[in-house]
Amino acid sequence: MLRQPLTRALALGSPTRLAPVTTRRYAEQAQAQPEKVEVFIDDQPVHVLPGTTVLQAAALAGVEIPRFCYHERLAVAGNCRMCLVEVEKSPKPVAACAMPVMKGMRVKTNSDLTKKAREGVMEFLLVNHPLDCPICDQGGECDLQDQSMAFGSDRSRFTDIHFSGKRAVEDKDVGPLIKTIMTRCIHCTRCIRFASEVAGVDDFGTTGRGTDMQVGTYVEKMLLSELSGNIIDLCPVGALTSKPYSFAARPWETRRIDSVDVLDPLGSNIVVATRTNEVLRILPRTNEEINEEWLSDKSRFACDGLKRQRLVTPMLKDSRGNLTPVEWEDAVVAAASALRDCPPDKILAVGGEMADAESLVALKDLVNRLGGENVCTEQYFPMEGAGTDLRSSYLLNTKIANVEDADFVLLIGTNVRFEAPLLNARIRKAFIHKETDVAFIGPKVDLTYEYMHVGDSASLVKDLASGTSGHEVMKRLQSAKRPVVILGADQLKTKEGAALLSYTQELASKLQENLQEKDWKVLNVLQRTTGQVAALDIGYKPGVGPVLASGPKLVYLLGADAGVVTREALPKDVTVIYQGHHGDQGASIADIVLPGAAYTEKRATYVNAEGRAQQTLPAVTPPGKAREDWKIIRALSEVCGEGLPYDNLDEVRSRLAEISPALVAYGNVQGNNYFAQALALAKSVQRPVSGKLDVQLKQLEDFFMTDPISRASPTMAKCVQAVLKQKQSPY
Amino acid sequence: MAGALARVIQGTKSHLGIVAPLTGVSNVPVRYQQTQTSPGKTKYGPLADADRIFTNLYGRHEWRLKGAMARGDWYLTKNILLKGTDWIVNELKTSGLRGRGGAGFPTGMKWSFMNKPSDGRPKYLVVNADEGEPGTCKDREIMRHDPHKLIEGCLIAGKAMGAQAAYIYIRGEFYNEASNLQVAIAEAYQAGLIGKNACGSGYDFDVYVHRGAGAYICGEETALIESIEGKQGKPRLKPPFPADVGLFGCPTTVNNVETIAVAPTICRRGGKWFASFGRTRNSGTKLFNISGHVNTPCTVEEEMSIPLKELIERHAGGVCGGWDNLLAIIPGGSSTPLIPKDVCATVLMDFDALVAAQTSLGTAAIIVMDRSTDIVKAIARLIMFYKHESCGQCTPCREGVSWMNKIIYRFVEGNASPKEIDMLWEISKQIEGHTICALGDGAAWPVQGLIRHFRPELERRMAAYAATCGPSKAERLY
Repeated sequence: MLRQPLTRALALGSPTRLAPVTTRRYAEQAQAQPEKVEVFIDDQPVHVLPGTTVLQAAALAGVEIPRFCYHERLAVAGNCRMCLVEVEKSPKPVAACAMPVMKGMRVKTNSDLTKKAREGVMEFLLVNHPLDCPICDQGGECDLQDQSMAFGSDRSRFTDIHFSGKRAVEDKDVGPLIKTIMTRCIHCTRCIRFASEVAGVDDFGTTGRGTDMQVGTYVEKMLLSELSGNIIDLCPVGALTSKPYSFAARPWETRRIDSVDVLDPLGSNIVVATRTNEVLRILPRTNEEINEEWLSDKSRFACDGLKRQRLVTPMLKDSRGNLTPVEWEDAVVAAASALRDCPPDKILAVGGEMADAESLVALKDLVNRLGGENVCTEQYFPMEGAGTDLRSSYLLNTKIANVEDADFVLLIGTNVRFEAPLLNARIRKAFIHKETDVAFIGPKVDLTYEYMHVGDSASLVKDLASGTSGHEVMKRLQSAKRPVVILGADQLKTKEGAALLSYTQELASKLQENLQEKDWKVLNVLQRTTGQVAALDIGYKPGVGPVLASGPKLVYLLGADAGVVTREALPKDVTVIYQGHHGDQGASIADIVLPGAAYTEKRATYVNAEGRAQQTLPAVTPPGKAREDWKIIRALSEVCGEGLPYDNLDEVRSRLAEISPALVAYGNVQGNNYFAQALALAKSVQRPVSGKLDVQLKQLEDFFMTDPISRASPTMAKCVQAVLKQKQSPY
Repeated sequence: MAGALARVIQGTKSHLGIVAPLTGVSNVPVRYQQTQTSPGKTKYGPLADADRIFTNLYGRHEWRLKGAMARGDWYLTKNILLKGTDWIVNELKTSGLRGRGGAGFPTGMKWSFMNKPSDGRPKYLVVNADEGEPGTCKDREIMRHDPHKLIEGCLIAGKAMGAQAAYIYIRGEFYNEASNLQVAIAEAYQAGLIGKNACGSGYDFDVYVHRGAGAYICGEETALIESIEGKQGKPRLKPPFPADVGLFGCPTTVNNVETIAVAPTICRRGGKWFASFGRTRNSGTKLFNISGHVNTPCTVEEEMSIPLKELIERHAGGVCGGWDNLLAIIPGGSSTPLIPKDVCATVLMDFDALVAAQTSLGTAAIIVMDRSTDIVKAIARLIMFYKHESCGQCTPCREGVSWMNKIIYRFVEGNASPKEIDMLWEISKQIEGHTICALGDGAAWPVQGLIRHFRPELERRMAAYAATCGPSKAERLY
């Protein structure tokens, strides 16, 4: 199959086209390693695999070769010429990023020829670069700035500045996230390659020739991608910078805290840059297992939502029914008395989408101590069959990084592109680089790559599971060596969810039986929210439906803002306590509001869709009187007279470890293996299904505002507006 | 794979050597000093009419199939095909034919790269008919007056490399040439000369014409391939070379029109016959385009190694105003460095002699400039052409050539500092050999030729400017 955007890369499917450097356990098992060749970098011998580029070999030898256009996760362009190095016996310097090593090659990265070549290229790059560093947002983290210090000349001889001056290029408007100052562009084409290879948007390209060449979108157009922000990081100069962050701060003024994203279920690793107790921006942090070095636009730009709509003080509903600010003491006493006065079986505690493991366990322990059992999550998961007893039933078992080694991916009722953008980027990577094919059951959506659309009927899953399907997908699945089946958790909310899960489990286990690699996992359930996996691990019941129907007297919402608990569904005399960080749907129905901390403000544990526990670190302090969530519940328990047995974070985490060691095994994923048992238990719930599978997030405009933080973010609101506006444009 | 790659790269090193001084360090490229004249032969040219390959160069005869056959084209082509790949390649190797597109890579060797064990991919022959080099007008004569030579050449070359089809990438401006060529291809198809079972040899071979849009850069082989594939004509990185990964990702050889068009005659008359012309390693006959300040500008087929002076005087009616009125000559198309009159008087027109004269044979498009020429302006105009045609992909060419263009236009007026001459030289050296393709080199060489031979003229202009207008602003930086 000819993959259009990358035909160029594929055409060069040769030694220069090196597989991206990632951890690839499965890929490496398959093929025997070819013999290594010896090359010399500055007379230092290095043994590398044939096909390695000079630049990579030099990196192995600890020699960094300067580069602008080369990026290890993108196709090699070789056009900046900054990486020119002298190779013995070659008459002219070679581009290290593209030249494969040859046996006995002697590379001189520090010779006069190399230095001269670099200085020459640097001079040319600066000829038309505006040198507006003092007003450039890239200042301090600019490759051009750094490398001109290291490799450039110490004086200018650009006399033509007195005559014709420098080139100037009109700026482009590519949407509310990316600010363009195209005069600064050095034409490295990283953004173009990212857009077409990773993001799957072919809108970026070059027009014109020679000095008139411009990088742009051909016609003025918004970059319609959920991953667009990454081109800001990729841009080696200040041509593409962050619009919301423009003129906000210099990199050396900010404090950077390594943390974890909670806006999608993947738990991408991030760096939170703060100054004066304010989150200024969020950048991705490399984690090969999860997000590589990318970040979705929502995770990156929704951080301005952390400053708006915040609950900064405890509140109680006054006699007129208005929430009024009170002191913590009053709020806690009111909440505690409400809890104590309520019959335990009439207490409903709901864990929300961004609830951390510590507060979830504290809330559950408190309710249990009071004698209640009704601790639930917002998102439903079928409890028939094995329910949530077996962890493998609700996790992304294949793991995110391994998805790119799959040879066939079946997506059932999940628009991965918007539910987990970086998982979709992995699938796209496999699709492009490895001829992996994808099939999709659900409504037609744009996943940025071609897929077999099987249909949108749930019965298709049943047919596949029973082996009666005549569709081509059946054959492809059966012949696949590493199939992956991903079921969207949203599908499990319906009445047919249990059966659908059961059929999916059956299909996966049938495929699994025939695999040669026994440790390859086929079954995946993609959760929609960050809090869900930890909540299920801790023992929350999925879904509030039955408890809600039984008429609770007290509802404790722990960041539950998805709107599944509404005033209309509750009895008149119910007391609603809302604990959370944003004044969103939950707080609007509350009688008592306890302000909590957002993910950037606390050290907390989150478990991602794979079941990988990770912790956030406090980058800023919670605003106003807001406090860390588990501490609020701990304080409440004291006033209730049911003091929880932990006084600091370590003790809470020991409690977490008691429940499940996986919850505190930070960074690791524990393997799950009870697929057969889960299936055996689920068999009983198999019954005919007839519904249609639908996904909640269909279009790009649906993607931006899905949770309290992004709903409060003005940037996200602008994105939605811009996308809607772009859709009206003829382009 | 590694072995194959090494072989290709080996080949290309010599390729680079032939192109001209790419070393970038030494200004005096002394290569092929070992060239010796074949024993006994000391005089080259004029070429006898009986030895001319292009017998309808001036279009005085019928160009269609009937006329072509009357001139001997398509004569027993089947026999040549049946002699097989190795025979054809060997004959080409014996002939010593070097690529006529400018770089002068030995054609026999180039074709033999295609005969590696097949991995199932089809192979293609691409004919570079994007004749864009200013001064060059040889391929168009072939295509409009002798298109069947090219088509027959495609078939033989295709057979020699086991290609499935030939793509002729013709320059967009060549409308009539493309039209004639297309007619000739149709005739050849109808006569069963190409297509299924071409010439009854059992070999299937198709020929397609692809019209370009007139970008000079599309004459670069990998840019040409990109352009045929429907993308922006921007050169690819090498390695991999087209012989490995070329058109549509398949092994491909790109040859110039003239190279392909002489192949049938070489096969018919024998490689030895072809090799008997010219000096060793520079053998054969060649189309020379003589333009500029000569009395009768023309395209003429001559023996290689013919003295430049004789070539001009015999075929172009001499320099306007006599030989003493000569200022300089660009001997191989606009990208080659010019040579002044004293060098022109003795230099032989072949690859090695011109390299020894610090220039290059290129496409053998001789641009003659007499004393009325504003030599600086002439070179400046060429640089403007390269600036306009630079694809913009890689930094040295994109930024460097436009900078050179700015400087040299100031040199035309003299509005510059004499120190900038060395700076311009350095800038041209910073471009040369640092780019993806050879366009950067081609833009740097004319400047280098100018500075090498006409530095006093540049200094004179600057002095004159300073005398009338005061010191140039460029002096401020020094």
